[in-house]
Amino acid sequence: MTSNRSGKNLLFAGVGGQGILLVSELAARAAIAAGFDAKKTEVHGAAQRGGSVVSHVRFARKVYSPLTPAGEVDILLALEKLEALRWAHYVREGGLIVINDEIRVPAQLTDKPVEYPQNIEEFLNGKGFRVVCFDANSVATQLGNYRAANTVLLGAMADETGISDEHWMAVMKESLNAKILDLNLRAFEKGKKLSLESQCTNVKLQTSSNR
Amino acid sequence: MNQMSNSHFLSGNEAIARGAWEAGVHVAAGYPGTPSTEIIENLARYEDIDVEWSTNEKVAFDVAYGACLAGARALVAMKHVGVNVALDSLMVTPFSGVHGGFVIITADDPGMHSSQNEQDNRYLAKFAKIPMLEPSDSQEAKEFVKLAFEISEQFDVPVFLRTTTRTSHSKSVVTFDEPSRQPPRKYKSDPAKHVVPIHGKRWRKTIEERLKRLAEFAETFPHNRVEWNRKDFGIITSGISYEYAREVFPDASILKLGMVYPLARRVIEQFCERVEKVYVIEELEPFLEEQLRIMGVKAQTDLVGKELIPNTFELSPDILRQTLLGTNGRASFESEISIPPRPPVLCPGCPHSGVYFVLHKLKAVVTGDIGCYTLGALYPFNALDTTFCMGAGVANAFGMEKVHRATMGKKLVAVIGDSTFLHSGIAPLIDIVFNKGISTVVLMDNSTTGMTGHQQHPGMGKTVKNVDTYAINYEELIRAIGVKHVSVIDPYDLTATERAIKEAMNCGEPSVVISRRPCVLLPEEKAKTHVPYEVIDELCEECDLCLKIGCPAIGGLDSIPHISKERCIGCDLCAKLCAFDAIRPIDQAMAQT
Repeated sequence: MTSNRSGKNLLFAGVGGQGILLVSELAARAAIAAGFDAKKTEVHGAAQRGGSVVSHVRFARKVYSPLTPAGEVDILLALEKLEALRWAHYVREGGLIVINDEIRVPAQLTDKPVEYPQNIEEFLNGKGFRVVCFDANSVATQLGNYRAANTVLLGAMADETGISDEHWMAVMKESLNAKILDLNLRAFEKGKKLSLESQCTNVKLQTSSNR
Repeated sequence: MNQMSNSHFLSGNEAIARGAWEAGVHVAAGYPGTPSTEIIENLARYEDIDVEWSTNEKVAFDVAYGACLAGARALVAMKHVGVNVALDSLMVTPFSGVHGGFVIITADDPGMHSSQNEQDNRYLAKFAKIPMLEPSDSQEAKEFVKLAFEISEQFDVPVFLRTTTRTSHSKSVVTFDEPSRQPPRKYKSDPAKHVVPIHGKRWRKTIEERLKRLAEFAETFPHNRVEWNRKDFGIITSGISYEYAREVFPDASILKLGMVYPLARRVIEQFCERVEKVYVIEELEPFLEEQLRIMGVKAQTDLVGKELIPNTFELSPDILRQTLLGTNGRASFESEISIPPRPPVLCPGCPHSGVYFVLHKLKAVVTGDIGCYTLGALYPFNALDTTFCMGAGVANAFGMEKVHRATMGKKLVAVIGDSTFLHSGIAPLIDIVFNKGISTVVLMDNSTTGMTGHQQHPGMGKTVKNVDTYAINYEELIRAIGVKHVSVIDPYDLTATERAIKEAMNCGEPSVVISRRPCVLLPEEKAKTHVPYEVIDELCEECDLCLKIGCPAIGGLDSIPHISKERCIGCDLCAKLCAFDAIRPIDQAMAQT
């Protein structure tokens, strides 16, 4: 059983097509498996044509609003750096932000090229968040497929949720098809390990194929 | 896991489908539209229900209502603006009543996440004089569908079930019940009730009497319920707003209305008498508040609603805190660091890109329509002059032509997707032929309903249950209407596309160009082997012409564009634009890995 009985608010952000909805679904189901009430919400449709996508997951003894108010998210998982910045104000002070070190420059709206903000990690560190940032795409590619980057990051936030491993494992086995299960289990484990190392040393993780 | 065995984590839409099945629905119909689409998709998985994607919402409504009159329990599902399309039919049904239960799902989209307008369809219940239920979460969505069928049969009236984007697309825990499936009732011809134009006057007063009985029913409807708590202020609310109110005011007394029309007047009055101040918390318009004020309902001190709570966009716990408690949640960091927006875009290799590149080049005046291709309005194409609602673009072009035929007649092009064309684009095309117009229509045939996630339509040869059926032959259909100038192009062939559209624009008669290539996200397209392209740095002159195809796989922060190997699907549109032959397929041996 879970040792930590308190609920959490999770936020998953990224670019349409990156696999946000899969990991937010896994998180909500893991919370339910651990005996919590849970709600999850996101918007389908236009947001998914390469636009900014966000999914709220809340779990507690009883959940009312599926939307978490700004400043009350415990953990933000961002599959892209600018999306971490876009949603960071939802995170409470001292909350955890797990970021994929990937830059996707948004589409231009005018002739003027988009200015992608620099030093996002440093900025967020300066705001009192705990930031874990690493190149999950490379980690996933080394494990077999870059598409598992989302599960690597999910692993990196798993301990912070207080949901025990047995529930995460059970939910992945139940939800993922056999062809991709093994890759995702390994991705999850690797993410957990990297997150732990990162939070101990508080340095940016180096992966062998850092760009 | 034992206690969880009957607990399922469902979206509101999935729960509605489950509830309809448990209620023994026999026939369901709809047309795809966010946020309603998954209701029909999930119903289609039940073998014992006759489910269809109809050509449009009015057809869906008429099919389902026909089934209802034949004795079936029937359901029709659509987004808020879909009900506008079906409204002509809807308005008559309170006269003719039901035989089997009839439930209309309206999925509203506060915040216009994926819609052209924001409208509060609770007003349509009052307008059509039929009852409306409004669930707050997935469990209620499931239960309320079943109740809606019962109310429909008990009161001989269609019943609205209204969701909003947050109830349609939020997931929460749902408990399943055993289905209670009965065979359809026996058909009984009843022209005195069902031939409405002849006999309608007889039933006009019945509608008013029925509303009174429904209002009486609402007084004891258990889902109009009070959660008593502190008495210095109380909240009257419904739907998703209940969840936000509970979040922000955990110790308030709340009257939660499950039936938002007609209202339970005495329940409301008694609640208000027992609390000092009343907040009416509702998303969008003051639908409850207006009725309360007309009824003369008074709180002990004050009744507060839309003077504080905005009637625009989605409500949220944050907005309730700001407006009712004066506390601000944390704001975005935008004031300290630039956070550029990330608009949705056409996908890498999207067939619409080719057409928009050409229309932009030809400086056409383009009237658009509803679908992914509305994104052609954005940079770098900036291709659309107008876009309003399903099917409007074709007739809009013709209307413009009437005013400026000499100067603009040969510049006017309406673009419309295949699903939208079948939904409501054929009648206006007939109008152009009938009334001797010369406007050009580009039919963007990507072989699916793209925007809502690949639903079957009459041009595809498959039904909602993936059963083979006749696939519309657009060329034959369009020629039969009387359009003589019809051409078909592959939008990846920019030269042929430009030639065909130019010819059509200049031909001086009604013309249609069919741009035919399947959506790149269709599973069979994704399964094809793609060789991605790359930019050869030494050859690139940094002219940025390749960026004019608006592909999200090309770009980056460097002056030389970079193509994402993971995202490029090898359509070669960018390579065709490159004057320096600097964009080439990447090494074949590497591409195979």
